[in-house]
Amino acid sequence: MNFFGLFRKPASAPVARERLQILLAHERTLTGRPDLIALLHDEIVTAISRHVTLDPDAIKVTTNRGKTLSTLKVDIEIPHLGKISAVAAE
Amino acid sequence: MAKVIVVTSGKGGVGKTTTTATLGAALAQTGQNVAVVDFDVGLRNLDLMMGAERRVVYDLINVINGSAKLPQALIRDKRLETLHLLPASQTRDKSALTEKGVARVMKELEEQFDWIICDSPAGIERGAILAMRHADIAVIVTNPEISSVRDSDRIIGMLDAKTQKAEDGGDIEKHLLISRYDPARSARNEMLSIDDVLDILSVPLIGVIPESEEVLRASNLGSPVTMSNPDSAPARAYFDAARRLTGESVPMSIPEERRNLFGKLFGRRAA
Repeated sequence: MNFFGLFRKPASAPVARERLQILLAHERTLTGRPDLIALLHDEIVTAISRHVTLDPDAIKVTTNRGKTLSTLKVDIEIPHLGKISAVAAE
Repeated sequence: MAKVIVVTSGKGGVGKTTTTATLGAALAQTGQNVAVVDFDVGLRNLDLMMGAERRVVYDLINVINGSAKLPQALIRDKRLETLHLLPASQTRDKSALTEKGVARVMKELEEQFDWIICDSPAGIERGAILAMRHADIAVIVTNPEISSVRDSDRIIGMLDAKTQKAEDGGDIEKHLLISRYDPARSARNEMLSIDDVLDILSVPLIGVIPESEEVLRASNLGSPVTMSNPDSAPARAYFDAARRLTGESVPMSIPEERRNLFGKLFGRRAA
């Protein structure tokens, strides 16, 4: 802080930072850049499909993005459980 | 094993070409064989930064369409025998760059050089995608400024989707190079800080190049700053970044404001 600082215009960098954060959170969902939620979704589906043949229509994914908390809900219908051990044993 | 680097940014005017020339020179100054390749067809400038504009006979497009062989088009630097330039065409249009042709030239370059540094054109179109296509490593040049950071974010998304490495299921190594950093303005909170940019883009930092008249002087002279003034602050920052590219761990030095008592009192840069 210096004497002339008292008369200076308010700093603009924090405004730039906030505008960018909001803008990019939005643009990243539009351009499909894999963020954590998208990555988790992919890896969960890959892990399960290693053991069971999954019907893509039987997977329901919902995401909810909040300011401090995002949620990912993955609903997967597994055809018949008997098959899991058979595939896993391969 | 040759390493292919793309120097990219999305936005124009942030220092891609300067960075390509200077990182190329810095690596070549350590004795490694380097080729810098200009992908900015129609608006080439890497030849100017390298001081080789009067020596261009054949270019990348000639090599792609077979009217010249690669060794005919490569220009060896007069000061550094380990540094080579493959210029872009100034007269042809971008459509002359073909995916197959670029792949063939890159393969041929990889047989001869330790480092191939591709200078991407601005934008997110064909030329930019072909420049990043074969890269192992991306250096994303960003200015601490809102539009540059936004465009870098977009380019990072493309690196993860459009490169050969990403398509093969691998990860392209990404590094952020912040250029035109003004420590005084950042200290006054007038410019995004290094931490702000790193937080937003979440790509590891490879260097911070301070805003410096030495960089302008280097481009006036056609001699990358690591050669024209190796002891200057931007040259040292580029040397360090080049060492980090080779895997060396070099402590990061963020340029600091140099102020005397007068400067402290009046809040202006006094150096």
